[in-house]
Amino acid sequence: MYDFAYHKPSSVADAVKLLAADPDAKAVSGGHTLLPALKHRLNKPSSLVDLSGIAEMRGVRREGNALIIGALTRHHEVANSEEVKSAIPALAYMAQHIGDQQVRNRGTLGGSVSNNDPAADYPAAVLGLGATIHTSKRKIAADDFFLGMFTTALEHDEILVAVEFPIPEKAGYAKMRNPASRYVMAGAFVSKGPKGVRVAINGAAACVFRQSEMEAALSSNWSADAVAGIKQPADDLNSDIHGSAEYRAHLVTVMAKRAVAAAG
Amino acid sequence: MNVVTPFEGIGASVKRKEDLRFLSGRGQYTDDINRPGQAHAYILRSPHAHARIKGVDTAAAAAMPGVAAIYTSADLAAIGGIPCGWQIHNKDGTPMAEPKHPVLAEGKVRHVGDPVAVVVAETRQQARDAAEHIHVDYEVLPASVTMAQAQAPGAPAVHDDNPSNLCYDWHIGDKAATDAAFAAAAHTVVFETTNNRLVPNAMEPRAAIGDYDTTTGEHTLYTTSQNPHVIRLLMGAFVLQIPESKLRVVAPDVGGGFGSKIYHYAEEAIVTWAAAKLGRPVKWTADRSESFMSDAHGRDHISRAELALDAEGKFLGLRVHTQANMGAYLSTFAPCVPTYLYATLLAGVYSTPAIYAEVKAVFTNTVPVDAYRGAGRPEATYLLERLVDVAAKQTGFDKVELRRRNFIPTDAFPYQTPVALQYDSGDYFSTLEQALETAGWATFEQRRAEAKARGRLRGIGISTYLEACGIAPSAVVGSLGARAGLYEVGTIRVHPTGSVTVLTGTHSHGQGHETTFAQLIADKLGVSIANVDIVHGDTAKIPFGMGTYGSRSLAVGGSAMDKAMDKIIAKGKRIAAHLMEASVEDVEFERGTFRVAGTDKTKSLTDISLAAYVPHNYPIDEIEPGLEETAFYDPKNFTYPGGCHIAEVEIEIETGEVRMVNFTAVDDVGRVINPMIVEGQVQGGVAQGIGQALLEGCVYDSHGQLISASMMDYTMPRADDLAPVSVATHTTLCTHNPLGVKGCGEVGAIGSPPAVINAVVDALRDYDISHVEMPATQEKIWSIIHGKR
Ligand SMILES: Cc1cc2nc3c(=O)[nH]c(=O)nc-3n(C[C@H](O)[C@H](O)[C@H](O)COP(=O)(O)OP(=O)(O)OC[C@H]3O[C@@H](n4cnc5c(N)ncnc54)[C@H](O)[C@@H]3O)c2cc1C
Repeated sequence: MYDFAYHKPSSVADAVKLLAADPDAKAVSGGHTLLPALKHRLNKPSSLVDLSGIAEMRGVRREGNALIIGALTRHHEVANSEEVKSAIPALAYMAQHIGDQQVRNRGTLGGSVSNNDPAADYPAAVLGLGATIHTSKRKIAADDFFLGMFTTALEHDEILVAVEFPIPEKAGYAKMRNPASRYVMAGAFVSKGPKGVRVAINGAAACVFRQSEMEAALSSNWSADAVAGIKQPADDLNSDIHGSAEYRAHLVTVMAKRAVAAAG
Repeated sequence: MNVVTPFEGIGASVKRKEDLRFLSGRGQYTDDINRPGQAHAYILRSPHAHARIKGVDTAAAAAMPGVAAIYTSADLAAIGGIPCGWQIHNKDGTPMAEPKHPVLAEGKVRHVGDPVAVVVAETRQQARDAAEHIHVDYEVLPASVTMAQAQAPGAPAVHDDNPSNLCYDWHIGDKAATDAAFAAAAHTVVFETTNNRLVPNAMEPRAAIGDYDTTTGEHTLYTTSQNPHVIRLLMGAFVLQIPESKLRVVAPDVGGGFGSKIYHYAEEAIVTWAAAKLGRPVKWTADRSESFMSDAHGRDHISRAELALDAEGKFLGLRVHTQANMGAYLSTFAPCVPTYLYATLLAGVYSTPAIYAEVKAVFTNTVPVDAYRGAGRPEATYLLERLVDVAAKQTGFDKVELRRRNFIPTDAFPYQTPVALQYDSGDYFSTLEQALETAGWATFEQRRAEAKARGRLRGIGISTYLEACGIAPSAVVGSLGARAGLYEVGTIRVHPTGSVTVLTGTHSHGQGHETTFAQLIADKLGVSIANVDIVHGDTAKIPFGMGTYGSRSLAVGGSAMDKAMDKIIAKGKRIAAHLMEASVEDVEFERGTFRVAGTDKTKSLTDISLAAYVPHNYPIDEIEPGLEETAFYDPKNFTYPGGCHIAEVEIEIETGEVRMVNFTAVDDVGRVINPMIVEGQVQGGVAQGIGQALLEGCVYDSHGQLISASMMDYTMPRADDLAPVSVATHTTLCTHNPLGVKGCGEVGAIGSPPAVINAVVDALRDYDISHVEMPATQEKIWSIIHGKR
């Protein structure tokens, strides 16, 4: 780890100011992604802006037909929130299956969504539910947010404050874990609700993406069988020592099937 | 009689004495030690598999804050290379190729992770910061990454003076007799396989601290070692030329070794040397990434085995050709692993009359390979036990019956194999029957049908194995190329008030010696284990010792203690005879009590120890005061644990995922001192065996970059990857050591991999395959099920 300055602002406005003032500053929430990278010296921020003291970024609340979850809400809290469990059980299930207990005790929604690791869980839920990202500047639709591997629409001095999840009629999540890292090798988050039928695939490609062929099939027939015959092209999928693109393509179909079955 | 209550002696499942310390975070590991004035070393390692070093510019780094010194090989010109502890001879009698293994790379780097320079600074961070400013001018060379590449004509030479990349070409057994057996065979079976390279991953990474006393000229090395005396010997005599009297090696609590902490590593020499040079202590601790590229790896064989059978299924002959990867340099015991710890095991539990094995050891541009839990024996067992299953399938014999038919009969011991070893005892039929019963072998087909209904393929696999441990008779291993003896040393110090300190040359790094050894003392001397302390891991305290590996600590170290206790008892009897005014011949001893035979006259061990240290009424003209004895015990033979492992797996048809569902181990480890510790040792070994079979695989890319370089990509087994492991023992006693013990540290890792793969292959019986290579990952299985290969 290289030396860095450390700031702990208590408001979004102050945090944004600190980030705006220093092009090499970085926000930190749970630190479970950023700190390992710093320890490996893969990243050299001049300062860290610790968001954990910002009260307005915490908590889960229901507003009309949506859940608004603060960016600092930890995976463990989402997994165990009565509000989440009753409104979007698939989201609680997803959070309960991120990493291990230690990770869930530290990792946050905001950190995970901002980081947009291709093998992370949250991006699939955000895209698969058609959520809206609330930032310090604006609201961004999930479809416009995830731009590529570790890349999002967030600007340098823009903080993810909360995510607004529309409450679906049905939703389900299934994933195959990478046996070593236990991150996602291929996963599918499916939903049917105010944002239509959505199928988001994570783990398989450089960035979470919507599987439109499956969405179309599910729109006319919401059942596991409807997706069972749909083959994901392997062309642009990831390939590594744990799974070739071809195997991942196969898993996409299997996970989509399982997610639909889980959604009921 | 002074019997300890509750019974804590041999056979009692007492809780481990050391666990309070370990489980409450109060262990004292090398990295927990900090010496006054200590500086920190960071090792700059090669990012290339193979490159010529055209220059190293340290000027910018030397000017960085906190830097005390930077060293490269040029600074170490006066010190020796890292020695190899075993010399193998080629078929033609010439010695193996033994290229220099410099402490820091000289002229070339030969694997990713090869140490190039050392920065010593006030803090670890400063040392690492400075290392980033060392400029090494590399000329990258093509690398010999695989054994096939290394042996191809014109392959890049790992060592310039050895263009063949061959370390040795060795053989054992009777070739003519084996050829004749094949000529007469009704069936011949061929099996080819790769035994996957593993990365040991002890929980505690390696660490070392060098300390130097400028007033006395004494060097102290604190290190994460399984055998501090061996490190003192190798480093002192061969690398740094420091006499034993001036070099103390301390191996405090060590968090797991599995073999990887047997060897003398460059970092130990570096910190010892640098501490003296700088006149201040120097500490180095590896991080996990460094461990992946600098701890010796394990396994990595490519083998072809052929079995000849007669019409009744009796094995007539076995022919094996193996290539063993040595990596870039010879690690301390590397050459003996694929020879005397491997090929000598190829008889297994079978009475195969003719065996011939050839082994080629090959240098490659990869991390050195050496012994890893089981060392050679897992490779032999895997080859043999898969071969037997392949043979059963090909010939139509039932796989259990085929094994039974070829077992060495229980009345045939001592049994001389065609590959040098002589087994002293064993009963393979009983361990087999007990395991079949426990595992529900007979009712398996019902479980398979039930799994099928759930969309899963269920398979069952068996392995009947044997291993040789308790290493080893010094004269025997000396004649085979060992450059050290393999006896063990035990000192029993009975204090004036009767408590006992035991000094042992073995070393505990998870095995529970502080408990098991105390139980030996409790059993024989009748002292409560609370009053027995086991001291290990410090050359300044312990007379000598060869350390812990090859499941030798109890069989060899425990036997040394037993011999030393015999001396204590013999001396105690003379003192007791004096005190009770009896003749020595009439004094009997049992668990803490000396008695004049046939009388009620007794003296306790405490009476005797007090008299020995306060010799007022004492036969001072005949016997020295004090009650302390040392024994050196050199074993007469290896010990031969064996048994039967049965694995049951389920495969998810849709994804190829393999789940362990059940594991049964019935092992003959000789006399069991603490059943709970044995169970733990077997379970741990089985976990590693399942890891090798299903999960773990070290992967290099075509340039020699380590792909599986962290736990993000190297699949360590987790608790939920395993299955309930049922452990039972069936005992035949070792006939040649005083305790009748054989050893249990490695059996789990030796017996289990073929059982698991046999189960995987069985699960896939409806598909046209005869083998699945380790690790049997889900994609491999999926490819088979879905006809992708
Ligand atoms: C052992 C281990 C296993 C894991 N397994 C999984 C897994 O299976 N699935 C999974 O999805 N994740 C997994 N994770 C990652 C974990 O969920 C992370 O903690 C999470 O992805 C990031 O959240 P964080 O709060 O820790 O982010 P941090 O590490 O604090 O930050 C991550 C990145 O996001 C930026 N950032 C953080 N908060 C904000 C914000 N509010 N606005 C803008 N930018 C922000 C930071 O600058 C940084 O670039 C694992 C982590 C570990 C250590």
